[in-house]
Amino acid sequence: MTDLLSLSGVTTHIGRYHILHGVDFAVPEGQTTMLLGRNGAGKTTTLRTIMGLSPASSGTITLGGTRIEAMATPDIAMMGVGYVPETMAVFSDLTVKENLVLAARNGPMDQARLDWIFGFFPPMKKFWLSRAGSLSGGQKQMLSISRAIIEPRKLLLIDEPTKGLAPAIVVALIDCLREIKRSGATILLVEQNFRVAEAIGDSVAVMDNGRIVHRGTMADLSRDTPLQERLLGLSLEAHQ
Amino acid sequence: MSETTAGEALPKQPLDIIPMLLPVALALIMLPLVGSTSTWVTLTIASLAMGMMIFIMASGLTLVFGLMDVLNFGHGAFIAVGAYIGTLVLLPLAAWVQADSLLANLAVVAPAVLLAMAVTGALGIVFERVLIQPVYGQHLKQILITMGGLIVAEQLLYALWGPQIIPLPLPTALRGSFIFGDVSIAKYRLLAMAVGLIVFLGSMLVLNRTKIGLLIRAGVENREMVEALGYRVRRLFLGVFMAGSALAGLGGVMWALYREQVHASIGNELTILIFIVVIIGGLGSVTGCFLGAILVAMVSNYGGFLVPKLALVSDILLMVAILMWRPRGLYAVTNR
Repeated sequence: MTDLLSLSGVTTHIGRYHILHGVDFAVPEGQTTMLLGRNGAGKTTTLRTIMGLSPASSGTITLGGTRIEAMATPDIAMMGVGYVPETMAVFSDLTVKENLVLAARNGPMDQARLDWIFGFFPPMKKFWLSRAGSLSGGQKQMLSISRAIIEPRKLLLIDEPTKGLAPAIVVALIDCLREIKRSGATILLVEQNFRVAEAIGDSVAVMDNGRIVHRGTMADLSRDTPLQERLLGLSLEAHQ
Repeated sequence: MSETTAGEALPKQPLDIIPMLLPVALALIMLPLVGSTSTWVTLTIASLAMGMMIFIMASGLTLVFGLMDVLNFGHGAFIAVGAYIGTLVLLPLAAWVQADSLLANLAVVAPAVLLAMAVTGALGIVFERVLIQPVYGQHLKQILITMGGLIVAEQLLYALWGPQIIPLPLPTALRGSFIFGDVSIAKYRLLAMAVGLIVFLGSMLVLNRTKIGLLIRAGVENREMVEALGYRVRRLFLGVFMAGSALAGLGGVMWALYREQVHASIGNELTILIFIVVIIGGLGSVTGCFLGAILVAMVSNYGGFLVPKLALVSDILLMVAILMWRPRGLYAVTNR
């Protein structure tokens, strides 16, 4: 399987802080790659660097054979990269509909695609004309993901989508992510919840202190409890 | 973070009308203090007209502030340039200005306004590319360079037109007042109110009913996310900057006609007032800017009538009072 995205020796500075210290990993096409690690390991910065929001100081990032590390964020997005930030970043002053209208870059929204989204996120239909700022946390997360998938994307970068959500919503999100995966999208997913990672991840990269310290398949990591504890620093129970 | 569920009821979003009621409440409170109803009406109309002109000049600045976090202390330059460009049409065609016909007057005022808007809009593009672009994200440098730009523009106006105040008579048909009983309403003030309302409604229409407007509103709230959706916010900002500069030019012509004179420091004099309006309204909020402009004008007019000495500090006092009540302005749009 070919790699859709690959990072090689990527370093990133934010102000005077050196956050990423030579990140190397690849995201195979059509797979869901989990990016795991402790808080502050550099996972979010890695996604922001791929997206061009925190530009790389050095190293190369290749998307579908094209170098993107020096490209502007809008150009990277137009190459088919959808981004769901940790903060969700819904436009709270705009309605659910308006949020999605802006995300549909290639003209009017496709009704079939919209119905597909409504299928696993019914609140989006229910609150279609409500201001996004008035949605609950779970609904905002649904909107943020809906915005990223309102059109087919080559690559989805999703940052901790289950953070702070109730278990029922987490289950719905897992179903949704599986469905997105089945549609052929490649996903790079940052996740703290190991159970979620196990449920949807194909491959995994683990970060610590701005570096990749482990790469492999998710299945292998799931089976190896001592490795999990060594890499993630927490017992499995703590992730549940 | 507390756990949330998708099934929970959507909280109702009550329309925040308290700021909208402020001008009404202020006007009603002033009625017994002013005493005479006719004087109160005159002061109120004067406040609304002045407020509309300030809004026209400030509306572009609030979007520039909100969208790109740019402190443009050079905004007054566009007001001054707009006023001077207006004289290029109005003074040579003085015969049309002095004609008794409203049509003839408007036939010369309209091109003066359009030319002023075109020149200040174009100047806005140059200003943004040359002065603003190199200092994105650097507030101190923005203040220094834009104030420098204002000073250079002012000195250029002195060099081109001379230091003297240029009289700019109001067109004949716009002079005088409509008399309703004891109440006298200046015609030009009615025109200023109409233009201000058109600009406000037009802005609201664009911001709420067009994709460009959605992008501006989204960009004011979260510029990064708009870029992550594939939009070039800097291009959008350039367009907003150009439109804001053109509106400042329109405001400049209107203000010059209101004062019936033009001088190079006209923009400089208004800069602080405009910033107060933008801060009171909430950075990036056009509605807040509209209400802020009316409130500032009301406090200035009523204050000037009741306690003339207070007029010198009334704008600052109003800003302090509003910010103590709502630290991010009447309608907070950004988190700044």
